Amino acid sequence: MAEATLIVASQADGGARVAISGRWTLAAIADDAAALAERLAAQARPETAWDGLGIEALDSAGAMLLWRAWGRRLPALLLLRPDHLQVFERIAKADRLPQPGSAPTSPFAWLMATGALALTVRRQTADFVVLIGSIALDLLRLLRAPGELPRREISANLYKGGVRAMPVTALVGFLIGVVLSYLSALQLRQFGADIFIVNILGMGIVRELGPVLVAVLVAGRSGSAMTAQLGVMRVTEEIDALATMGVSRSLRLVLPKVVALAIAMPLLVLWTTAIALVGGMVAANIQLDIGFGFFLHTLPRAVPVANLYIGLAKGFVFGIFIALVACHFGLRVRPNTESLSANTTASVVTAITVVILLDAVFAIFTREIGLPRL
Amino acid sequence: MSAAVSIRGLATRFDEHWVHRDLDLEIEAGELVSLVGGSGSGKTTLLRQMVGLLLPTRGEIRVLGEPLFGGGPERERALRRRFGVLFQQGALFSAFSVFDNIAFPLRELKRLDEATIRDLVMLKLDMVELLPRHAYLMPAELSGGMIKRVALARSLALEPELLLLDEPTAGLDPDRSDSFVRLIRTLGRELGLTVVLVTHDLDTLAGLSTRVAVLAEHRILAYDTIDAVLRIDHPFIRNFFLSERSVRALESAKRLGD
Repeated sequence: MAEATLIVASQADGGARVAISGRWTLAAIADDAAALAERLAAQARPETAWDGLGIEALDSAGAMLLWRAWGRRLPALLLLRPDHLQVFERIAKADRLPQPGSAPTSPFAWLMATGALALTVRRQTADFVVLIGSIALDLLRLLRAPGELPRREISANLYKGGVRAMPVTALVGFLIGVVLSYLSALQLRQFGADIFIVNILGMGIVRELGPVLVAVLVAGRSGSAMTAQLGVMRVTEEIDALATMGVSRSLRLVLPKVVALAIAMPLLVLWTTAIALVGGMVAANIQLDIGFGFFLHTLPRAVPVANLYIGLAKGFVFGIFIALVACHFGLRVRPNTESLSANTTASVVTAITVVILLDAVFAIFTREIGLPRL
Repeated sequence: MSAAVSIRGLATRFDEHWVHRDLDLEIEAGELVSLVGGSGSGKTTLLRQMVGLLLPTRGEIRVLGEPLFGGGPERERALRRRFGVLFQQGALFSAFSVFDNIAFPLRELKRLDEATIRDLVMLKLDMVELLPRHAYLMPAELSGGMIKRVALARSLALEPELLLLDEPTAGLDPDRSDSFVRLIRTLGRELGLTVVLVTHDLDTLAGLSTRVAVLAEHRILAYDTIDAVLRIDHPFIRNFFLSERSVRALESAKRLGD
């Protein structure tokens, strides 16, 4: 395969004659496009005669290289085969089309961005309220026609979001219990307050850590899965297909997820709290020599049972909100990959933020409840 | 002229099910070949094997005179740059604008400067009869016909010698499909491309192809011009080409072609 070459010969009248030959194709010129362009540009004078009869193959990339060197027009003195000339004619035609100018940037761009953000927040809030409203209407409808309860969907979601989450929540719970107990033990031993390990672990895990830990894990695990699932269903028009069959998407797709997490989350909280306490108990036994029997005996006195109810209530509320947030973002997915990833990220981040906010609200409203009397 | 695609003794098996057996096909450079066959006859599978997405169970495929696999990643990559593929749904990168979609393979070469790439992208857009202002649309904003055109422009970005099309006119209305067929035919002739396409659509087949390859009974049953294929007496060919609807389509396509 002959490479793209150009041979320069001076002519008697002072002008140059450039013979172009070889293969002027993308594959042949790609490796030294810059060098070729430079050599061509050096010869590009109006009086230069160009001889392209030796060109074996010419594609638009090769032609573009020449075209740019010639200053975006054919030189006055040019020899070329007709089929190669056609390639340049195509380029010339494309060049004549008006190029779209970029929109001028306004000096108030920052203001517009802020406004757009505010409008987005407003629209998102409105959509979220609409979603909650339609769930409420679905629940009313179910009261009148209990047969329409999507049992199979609820049980499938319970299994996916609840049962399948048990191993990972147990593992994380156990390890957190061990770490918390170990770190507290180091401090307590300095004050000789060893037995308060039960109070610290009990209150911390049952009331705060258990529910929040499970919520974060479930938001990352089930929340993202729900958003992605609804998003892909939207992209493949499955949701539209459901609508044309007269099936309410909120009843069939959103409600089962909300109900399933509302049931599964308190159970997961109970499970994780128990495992975390076991982890703490094991570490306390190793570090502080506190026996299992003593730990279990002291726990009910150190932690009033109201704390457990608060933890379960948190799980219930967190579960509902995680599912709602996930469905809200899932239904907003547009048919492209970028939108899917952006909405899945937004779903998880928003769900975790909402969980922390709700936790703060719980802390304020339950500040009088469940604290041990000294 | 040498063979653009040469398939010898190809056999493909999915689990226990044989899709191809002893399949041979030689496509000369410069031909526009339609690959037809019933549903499940392995047309798309064959096309995917030609571009190296699927490995045949047995047999050899040579594209542009070279084997698809072996000889190191550099050689394989260089060969893959010599053919363009148009997927059925376009397979545009949805995160990129039209411009970036077409520019992507050129940028991947890492040899061309951005100004040259810009000129080449605008040229390709013009070649597929789109306007410069379409360059900044996102794939989600395009109609079905435009998606196909952008995908065609992208598959032409690296100046391929061989173009493989999977159902190029599926999902287009007859008007759009006619103009897309005309576009492929014009570009094929002007750029000296070899074109291989899988199609169900008789209008596309009659409007585009210089030759037809009929895939049935696990092999290439016939590979010839349309007229010659029509004369073969075989149940599949009778069903596919000689039903009342098909005859009408072929005749109208012939009238348009004259």
